[in-house]
Amino acid sequence: MSLSIIKQGLLTTVQDLGRYGYQEQGVIVSGAMDTFALRAANILVGNGTGAAALEITLRGPAIRFEADALIAICGGDLSPTISSEDVPLWRPILVRAGEVVEFGECRLGARAYLAVAGGIDVPIVLQSRSTYLRAGIGGHEGRALRAGDVLPIGTASNHAVCYMKERQAALQAVPFLAATWFIGYTAQPVYRDEPVIRFVQGREYTKFTLDSRAELVNRRFRVTPQSDRMGYRLEGAALRLEASIELLSEAVSFGTIQVPPDGNPIILMADRQTVGGYPKMAQVASVDLPVLAQVKPGERIRFAEISLEEAQREYISAELSLLRLATYVQLYMKTGGPR
Amino acid sequence: MHSTIMGTQEEGNVHHIPIVPLGDRALLVDWGGSIARHTHEKIRTFCVKLERAAISGIIELIPSYTTVTIVYDPMELRDSATGERCYRYDGQLTDSPFELLKGIIEGMLCSMEVVMESSSADCVNSNISTSATNARNATNAATIVDIPVCYGGAFGPDLLEVAEHTGLSPQEVIALHCGQSYLVYMVGFAPGFPYLGGMDERIAVPRRSSPRTAITPGSVGIGGSQTGIYPLATPGGWQLIGRTPRQLFRPHHVDPSLLKMGDIVRFYPIEPEQFAEWKEDEQ
Repeated sequence: MSLSIIKQGLLTTVQDLGRYGYQEQGVIVSGAMDTFALRAANILVGNGTGAAALEITLRGPAIRFEADALIAICGGDLSPTISSEDVPLWRPILVRAGEVVEFGECRLGARAYLAVAGGIDVPIVLQSRSTYLRAGIGGHEGRALRAGDVLPIGTASNHAVCYMKERQAALQAVPFLAATWFIGYTAQPVYRDEPVIRFVQGREYTKFTLDSRAELVNRRFRVTPQSDRMGYRLEGAALRLEASIELLSEAVSFGTIQVPPDGNPIILMADRQTVGGYPKMAQVASVDLPVLAQVKPGERIRFAEISLEEAQREYISAELSLLRLATYVQLYMKTGGPR
Repeated sequence: MHSTIMGTQEEGNVHHIPIVPLGDRALLVDWGGSIARHTHEKIRTFCVKLERAAISGIIELIPSYTTVTIVYDPMELRDSATGERCYRYDGQLTDSPFELLKGIIEGMLCSMEVVMESSSADCVNSNISTSATNARNATNAATIVDIPVCYGGAFGPDLLEVAEHTGLSPQEVIALHCGQSYLVYMVGFAPGFPYLGGMDERIAVPRRSSPRTAITPGSVGIGGSQTGIYPLATPGGWQLIGRTPRQLFRPHHVDPSLLKMGDIVRFYPIEPEQFAEWKEDEQ
């Protein structure tokens, strides 16, 4: 079982939840930018949440499935179609052998995650299948996908296999079959224009001027075109320290907002370096990283401060609802949907 | 600047080693001060103990010159006495994950007697043999890694410039670079890139005014009073004096970085023929 890339997109890579355990050796984490969408897509096809899927950026590729496949597309809405018919997001989709998933206009967000039952079965490098472009490791040959690539698909879980078998006959009459149920809007992250991104104070927060601290929450910041999986470079206010400080390099993490001497903040994302030496003004709350991951270059964001306790409470609450979601999806796949 | 942070901000911290959040899924243990061997040794000891303790919820440790960052999952942390998690299934927090882990770490620091005795004694260039002994006392024996370097020519295009700037001959630069043992304080910037301490100040040179966009992997450079080896074709502004045939980053190896925090590095010169004939497997 495999899928083939028949037309290249802007940037499509294989990603899972990242390569943890090697930051001490300077190996970056990588992994999906929007880990909520990745995990939701995996849940919808009966995979473990850490299975590898495709991260599709802004302009999608064309993907042909060589055999009947159970897929799900979550995250940004890049107008997926099969045989010119819209493919709905956030639900299990059965695709008939030989059909092609194409993408069109980017209607909402920036990144779509396409998971396949069984997961993308590229070799595991340092305990992860995530693509690390600069080192050329992980994913498919350590690089972005292009036309002609053929990716192996792993073994689907038992309940995914049952789900497919029950619908196999019906599928032969149509290019694809979408489930009637889906992950509801209230359970999805709120992807929207000019989102408010919540943050907690960073280690050097109090070393910034009171004006700069006020500007962080009062100004709108534009995500500049020089933004990528490594970091979002922002424009909106020049943030200043009370006095210049010399810092030794130390660890940074997903969502660290660091401020280089020019005053324009940078939010570190999935492909960040492991350590950094710029002052850390703030840290994006983990629960808002999926929303941030869907912001396109050129769009604007706002910031709002929350306490560490609130950030951790929100994180745990979001994780618990994802666990509940997994339970429901498994049930619906068995029973055919809510009764 | 750092010495003022040390032991003053948060009262009640064990032995004045602040533990501060890095967002909602990591925290940082801060020994403070500047680059110093005695801090490095405490950090090594701490990391070894923490890894052995195998605390539920801790994902990984990232040591630096003066800090250790602990990446954790708030969902998986448990109270060491009761085994309880930090939340109920309705989403209510029964404990602050940060405070819970902070308490565990403080207890560990206390029992380890990793004491911040004084804020002085910064000794970047301390005598290496004494320091190596200390490192052994602190944990296990330090691993010594010998790195062959082909200096000058196409391998080290900036060697002549470094010689000119320092008023030394190229041979003297090479001899001084090979004459020291270097401590790996941390690994970062790129996979396998070692932050080395202990270079002879006589061969310190400023960085290049315009950085190279892609440096040949294995290049050995000097930037200010630091020396290092580029594992990948990254951009970089250091003066390149040579290149090693050894692979610094080995993605298919259990330990992908050739060098690890606490290792001792020694450089020795090789000829271009030896470079060409080098076989990594024999090492």
